[in-house]
Amino acid sequence: MRGQGRKESLSDSRDLDGSYDQLTGHPPGPTKKALKQRFLKLLPCCGPQALPSVSENSVEDEFELSTACHRPEGLEQLQEQTKFTRKELQVLYRGFKNECPSGIVNEENFKQIYSQFFPQGDSSTYAAFLFNAFDTNHDGSVSFEDFVAGLSVILRGTVDDRLNWAFNLYDLNKDGCITKEEMLDIMKSIYDMMGKYTYPALREEAPREHVESFFQKMDRNKDGVVTIEEFIESCQKDENIMRSMQLFDNVI
Amino acid sequence: MAAGVAAWLPFARAAAIGWMPVANCPMPLAPADKNKRQDELIILNVSGRRFQTWRTTLERYPDTLLGSTEKEFFFNEDTKEYFFDRDPEVFRCVLNFYRTGKLHYPRYECISAYDDELAFYGILPEIIGDCCYEEYKDRKRENAERLMDDNDSENNQESMPSLSFRQTMWRAFENPHTSTLALVFYYVTGFFIAVSVITNVVETVPCGTVPGSKELPCGERYSVAFFCLDTACVMIFTVEYLLRLFAAPSRYRFIRSVMSIIDVVAIMPYYIGLVMTNNEDVSGAFVTLRVFRVFRIFKFSRHSQGLRILGYTLKSCASELGFLLFSLTMAIIIFATVMFYAEKGSSASKFTSIPASFWYTIVTMTTLGYGDMVPKTIAGKIFGSICSLSGVLVIALPVPVIVSNFSRIYHQNQRADKRRAQKKARLARIRVAKTGSSNAYLHSKRNGLLNEALELTGTPEEEQMGKTTSLIESQHHHLLHCLEKTTGLSYLVDDPLLSVRTSTIKNHEFIDEQMFEQNCMESSMQNYPSTRSPSLSSHPSLTTTCCSRRSKKTTHLPNSNLPATRLRSMQELSTIHIQGSEQPSLTTSRSSLNLKADDGLRPNCKTSQITTAIISIPTPPALTPEGESRPAPASPGPNTNIPSIASNVVKVSAL
Repeated sequence: MRGQGRKESLSDSRDLDGSYDQLTGHPPGPTKKALKQRFLKLLPCCGPQALPSVSENSVEDEFELSTACHRPEGLEQLQEQTKFTRKELQVLYRGFKNECPSGIVNEENFKQIYSQFFPQGDSSTYAAFLFNAFDTNHDGSVSFEDFVAGLSVILRGTVDDRLNWAFNLYDLNKDGCITKEEMLDIMKSIYDMMGKYTYPALREEAPREHVESFFQKMDRNKDGVVTIEEFIESCQKDENIMRSMQLFDNVI
Repeated sequence: MAAGVAAWLPFARAAAIGWMPVANCPMPLAPADKNKRQDELIILNVSGRRFQTWRTTLERYPDTLLGSTEKEFFFNEDTKEYFFDRDPEVFRCVLNFYRTGKLHYPRYECISAYDDELAFYGILPEIIGDCCYEEYKDRKRENAERLMDDNDSENNQESMPSLSFRQTMWRAFENPHTSTLALVFYYVTGFFIAVSVITNVVETVPCGTVPGSKELPCGERYSVAFFCLDTACVMIFTVEYLLRLFAAPSRYRFIRSVMSIIDVVAIMPYYIGLVMTNNEDVSGAFVTLRVFRVFRIFKFSRHSQGLRILGYTLKSCASELGFLLFSLTMAIIIFATVMFYAEKGSSASKFTSIPASFWYTIVTMTTLGYGDMVPKTIAGKIFGSICSLSGVLVIALPVPVIVSNFSRIYHQNQRADKRRAQKKARLARIRVAKTGSSNAYLHSKRNGLLNEALELTGTPEEEQMGKTTSLIESQHHHLLHCLEKTTGLSYLVDDPLLSVRTSTIKNHEFIDEQMFEQNCMESSMQNYPSTRSPSLSSHPSLTTTCCSRRSKKTTHLPNSNLPATRLRSMQELSTIHIQGSEQPSLTTSRSSLNLKADDGLRPNCKTSQITTAIISIPTPPALTPEGESRPAPASPGPNTNIPSIASNVVKVSAL
C-alpha cells in the first residue's frame, strides 16, 4: 500500500476532503511542472537530459531523473579547469557520486545534504542561496563540474576570488549590488541555522541589527547598496575577514 | 551524520565562506590535519574472501570495530591485511552499511547468527534500514517466542522436589500429564461434563406418553433419575472447583479468571434450585436459570486445545470482529430505512416500522432469505436485491483477517507441540555426544597417568598406551585434573544429568580422589594413592563389552606393602575389564575403551611391573593383576581382592 509509505497515512481523513491523493501523497491533479514536462517530452528535440528542472512531485519525474545520468567531463579537463589535483578530484567525485548517483544535485537534495550538518537549525534557506551560487548556469541542477568549480574558487582561489564568490552569494538577484533586503534574507538564513535553542536567546532584531552594522562597514558612499568594489575594498581593510579567508586553505 | 555525507564535509566547510564577511568577531582556528595521508585501500580478509575498501569509508563510523583502532588487533603483518575469522556472507551486509549508510537484513540469514555478527562488529541492529527493519523485528520476535517456549517447557519438566502439596495439586490440574492421578481426574471430569451436557439435551426430548396425559419430555417422566444424574455431576464439579480454588497460587486471580466464572455459572443453577421451593412466582426465573447449565459445555475448553485456540483467536481479533459488527450495523440501518420507506406505500406490507425491517435486512444480507418478509413494490425489490448483494461483500471482507489470525495461532501451537516432542529425542542425542567427550577425558586421564608411570620407568613401549591426544585436549584434561586435585574429588562419568544409567555407552568410574589423598599421605607417595576406595554406586546395567559391572567394594586400608596392587585403582583405571571368567587383568581396563580385552593383556603386565618398580615392592607377582595369570600373591591383601574382584564387578571410583 504505497500510501502508507508516505508521511500522510490512512490514519487521518485528509484524503476524503480532497487535500491529497492517497496513492502518491501529492495533491490530486497534475501539477504545472508535470504538465509542462509531459508536453516537452512530446517534442522530439528535447531529450530527457535537456529537461530544465526536475520536479519533485510526480513519480514519473523521479524515473526521469534517475535515467538522466549526467557524467562529468574527463578528469584531465577538470584538472585544467580547477586547481585541484587528480587525487583530490577523485575523492571529491567519489563523495559526490555516492550521495547523488545520477550525477546531478537538485535543490531538494542539496538542502537535504546540507541540513545533515546542521541538525539543530533550519539550513534550508541558506542552502537554497548556496545552490543558486553554485548553479552558475541557473538550470536548476548542480553538476559535478559546477560543484568542483565552486569549490575550487573557495578552497584554492585567491582571496579576491573568494571575496568575489562571497559577493556572488549575497547578491541574490545577481544584479551586481547587494541591497539591505537581500542582506537581511541572508542574515536571517544564517541565524536560522542556529536553531531555537541558543544562548543568549535569539532576539527578533538581531539579524536586522547585524545587517545595519554590515552596511555601516561596507557601504562607503551610503547609497543603501553595496557594490562589488565597495565590498572587496572594505573586506580587504578588515583584518578579521582577511584572516578568516585563510581558513579555507586547508579544508581539503 | 550519514555515511556518504561525511564526504561532503569539505563542501560544508567551504560553504562557510558566506559567513565570513558578515562575522563581527574573528573565526577560531581550524583543526590541523596532522597525518594528511592519502586515502588508501585497505584489504579485509574475511575467512578467505577479500574485501577492499577505502580507509575513509570505514572511518565514517568510528564507534564500530572497523571504524576504530580495534581493527588493528586483527591486522596481519605478513599479508598486510586485516583478517577476520567470521562469516563472509554477513560481512557483505556489514561492509555495505559503511558504504551506503544503510544496514540491510538479508532474509535468508538466521536471525541469531546475524545478531552475533552485528554484535561482533559493534553495530547496533536498531539502525537497520526501514526496508528491512520490519522483517528483522518479526523474525527476532518469533525467535524469542520460540526460545521462551523452550525454556518454559524445560522449566516445567524439571523435577522440583520441593513442591508443596498445594503446588503439586495445581500443577496436576494445569498439566494432566504430570501424574497418573491427574490424568484420571482429567478424564473423569471430562466424562462428567459430557454426561451433564447430554443429560440437559435429552431432558427435553419427548419421551413417549404416560397414559392419560399428553406427551411428556423425558425430563419430567424420569425426573428422579435425571435429578440424580444432575446431582452427581454437580457434586463432581463442585468438588473440582473447590479443589482448584484451594490449589490456586493466587486465589483472587483464579476467582476472576474466565474458567472459574464458567464453573460457577454452571453449578449455580442447581444450588439455587435446591434452595428455592416450588414457588410459582420465582419458578419462571428459575427456568431461565437452567439455561445457564448449558455453559457446562464450555468447561470442555480445559480439555481441548483447539477450543482454547479458537477462544484466543476471537479475543485477538476483537478489533476485526468489532469492525465487522459495526459495518453490518451501519448497513442494516441504511437498508432497513430504505426498505421501510420503499414499502410504505404498499398495502398489507410487513414492513411496519424500521425496526421491523431490521429482521428483513439481516436475513437478506446474510443470504438466509426466510421469505417471511418480502418486498412487494418494485422499488422495494430493487433495493432488496442491492441489499443482498452488498451483504455478501460486507461479510466477506473482514472474515479472511480473522481466518488468517486463527491459522497463524494454530500453526504456532502446532509447531510448539512438535518442538516439545522433538526436544526429548534431541536432548537424548546431545547427551550421547556429550558423554563421548567426557569419555575422552577419562581415557586420557588414564593414559596420562600411564604415560607418567611409563616415563618414570623409562619403558619404551608406550605406543600401546596412549591414544594420541591433541594439544587442546591434553590441556583441557590437565585443567580438569587440576580441578580434581583442588577439590579432592574426581570425576564420575556417571553423571546424573547425563542420565547415563539409561545410556549404554559408558560405565566408568574413578576412584574417589579423597581416598586417594588419604592414601597418598599414608603411603607418602604423592601421586600414587594406594588404595582402592569404595566406589560410590553400583550400576545395574552391564552395557558393552568394554564396560563392566561394578559393585561396591570395601575399602582397603592403605598399606605400604600393597600399594602396588592398588596401582590399578590408583591409576584410576576405572575400566576394569571383566570378560567372562578369564578376565586376567584389571589393567585391561587401562587400555582404551575401544580396545578389546585381549589387547590389554600386555599392558597389564607392563603396568604391574611398573607398579612394582615405582613402589619398589619386590614381589612382582603380588602385583600382577588378579586372574589366572597371577601367581600366588605375596600378601593377603591382593588375595582377598582376587576372589572379590573376579566374582564381583570392580567398582573403581566414583565422584
